[in-house]
Amino acid sequence: MSDPIIKIENMNKWFGDFQVLKDINLSVEKNKKIVVCGPSGSGKSTLIRCINRLEEHQKGSIIVDGTELNENTKNIEQVRAEVGMVFQQFNLFPHLSILDNCTLAPIWVKKMPKKDAEELAMNQLKQVQIDDQSNKFPGQLSGGQQQRCAIARALCMQPKIMLFDEPTSALDPEMIKEVLDAMVNLAKQGMTMIVVTHEMGFAKEVADEVIFMDEGMIVEKAITKEFFANPKNDRTKLFLSQIL
Amino acid sequence: MNKLNFLKPDKNNLYVYVYTGSVLLFISIFDVFLSSFFNINVTSYLPGPVSLLLPLIVGLFGLHLIRIEFSGLKYLDLLNKNINTSNFNGALTLLIIFVIIMATPPSLSWFIFDANIAGDTKEACTGSGACWTYIKVWLRRFMYGMYPNELQWRINVSFIILIALAFVGYFSGEKLKKFLTLYYVIIYPIIAYILIYYLISGGSFGLEWVETGAWGGLSLTFIVSFFCLIFCFPIGMLLALGRRSNLPTIKYFSVGFIEFWRGVPLITVLFMSSVMFPMFLPEDFFMDKLVRVIIAISLFEAAYVAEVIRGGLQALPRGQYDAAKSLGMGYWKMHIFVILPQALKLVIPGIANTFLALVKDTPLIFVVGLMEIAGMLGLAKTNPKWLGFAMEGYVFAAIIFWIICYAMSKYSYNLELKYKTER
Repeated sequence: MSDPIIKIENMNKWFGDFQVLKDINLSVEKNKKIVVCGPSGSGKSTLIRCINRLEEHQKGSIIVDGTELNENTKNIEQVRAEVGMVFQQFNLFPHLSILDNCTLAPIWVKKMPKKDAEELAMNQLKQVQIDDQSNKFPGQLSGGQQQRCAIARALCMQPKIMLFDEPTSALDPEMIKEVLDAMVNLAKQGMTMIVVTHEMGFAKEVADEVIFMDEGMIVEKAITKEFFANPKNDRTKLFLSQIL
Repeated sequence: MNKLNFLKPDKNNLYVYVYTGSVLLFISIFDVFLSSFFNINVTSYLPGPVSLLLPLIVGLFGLHLIRIEFSGLKYLDLLNKNINTSNFNGALTLLIIFVIIMATPPSLSWFIFDANIAGDTKEACTGSGACWTYIKVWLRRFMYGMYPNELQWRINVSFIILIALAFVGYFSGEKLKKFLTLYYVIIYPIIAYILIYYLISGGSFGLEWVETGAWGGLSLTFIVSFFCLIFCFPIGMLLALGRRSNLPTIKYFSVGFIEFWRGVPLITVLFMSSVMFPMFLPEDFFMDKLVRVIIAISLFEAAYVAEVIRGGLQALPRGQYDAAKSLGMGYWKMHIFVILPQALKLVIPGIANTFLALVKDTPLIFVVGLMEIAGMLGLAKTNPKWLGFAMEGYVFAAIIFWIICYAMSKYSYNLELKYKTER
């Protein structure tokens, strides 16, 4: 058993007086795929935003690939460069073409030569099947295409871990599949992934473990088969009965 | 033929109504035209008020007759949809047309027919209209201020070079395109400064030194506006970022700076820059009046620019910051590549607004004794030989300012179109 690539210990987070995350303990090993589910407001998005410190935690520790997240901005930027993230609202840069969206960070953060960055970007775009759109602007693409571009953009940084924050929630139903396909593809290549999603089909197919969160706590964490076949906690049972 | 009802025009007798209405409309406008251009009052036999209002009434009735919805005639429908929607709108339209017609003859005669431009003295102006002789005689002063006549070629040469250099962007090849920003933001202003320092100011290379107090007129307007625009923009941008910073020192410094400069009138700032400021400087330290004024206006306008840019920064969704951060970009990379390009695009209209205000604020530098074009007018109108021509002077200055500002506004509009990408 290898060392965990993400290690969260006794992590607590407050928004003002409101405690969003309570005593989170979680360790994720390399190449594992974790799906996080739970009702809205349960803190699952906040949890994964803490992993690349888009949100600050107040107590406990988060160690990503051997680097502890604290006030040190250098560390944070280094961790962020290793952790890719895909957002619910895509968050592509609307003033840049699809190709430039993908090459911006490799060129300026990783100091990659422009030519190499473009080659890499075209490869990644090909993986998500939008290499023919590379000269268009985000506003000219459909939601599904934009989200696939966002995945490609994150992958261009050649991250060790990918975080997905409800990647399909803002999409029309017919576009969900194309994005999920891209994610399944990525999972098959052995990427370490943490995915916040309501797509239980995806969880069953891909996840090694499923985490159920409610009211800022990890209520249940189990191997995928176990989780769906035999949930232990009552709240998990209730949630699954509503969503399946 | 259907029954005609002139109070309720309809589509059945379309052409009868349209022709009658058009004729009535034409009569009303023609009547106003006759009375204002040729002083012929066709309806003089009627009592005063009726005679005065008759064109409006006739015209309104004409408009009423042609107000037929979905007539199928393209231009009639267009007219009805836009300016003839109701009696009230019709009346407003007519009134505006009448005012324009009535204002045309007096302004034409003042500007052209009764105006004088020949001669070199006040006595040459015999007509009742404008005395353009005055502008002609004083033109050099309005353009160059007190700059000596025989040296004015130095200003001309500098400006021609600068204008030529400004167009470099249009002719540069693909390879040099990426250096254009650097050129316009840093190199061009430095060239401008060098030209102004060595050529216009002089004092070296055998060129006679001309002190800045003698500079003036339109050329000074350009010099002051140019440098103020160039300085206030980056300062304002930094202040806008500073105001949103997480570091308390930087944040409160920016807030304090912005609120201070926004809270004082420009005229006080200028006055302080020339009277109070030197008192705080060491005695042997000399800073030119013009430089002090440019610094003062730049800082003043920077506060406004900062607030405009802050508006743009706040309009950006938080996701843009998240996305940039999640890719490992630090503060400066995030702002330079992701945030500012989008925010600045959003605030082009606001920035243009501030810049226009800046250009029109430059006449205020008269309080420290610098006479740009409006200041020179003030000087010229008190010249005993040329008393009583303030009107011509101010009309002239207004036209020049309007041309400058309209050009800037057009340019900013083009920029908006150029950078419009779909969101």
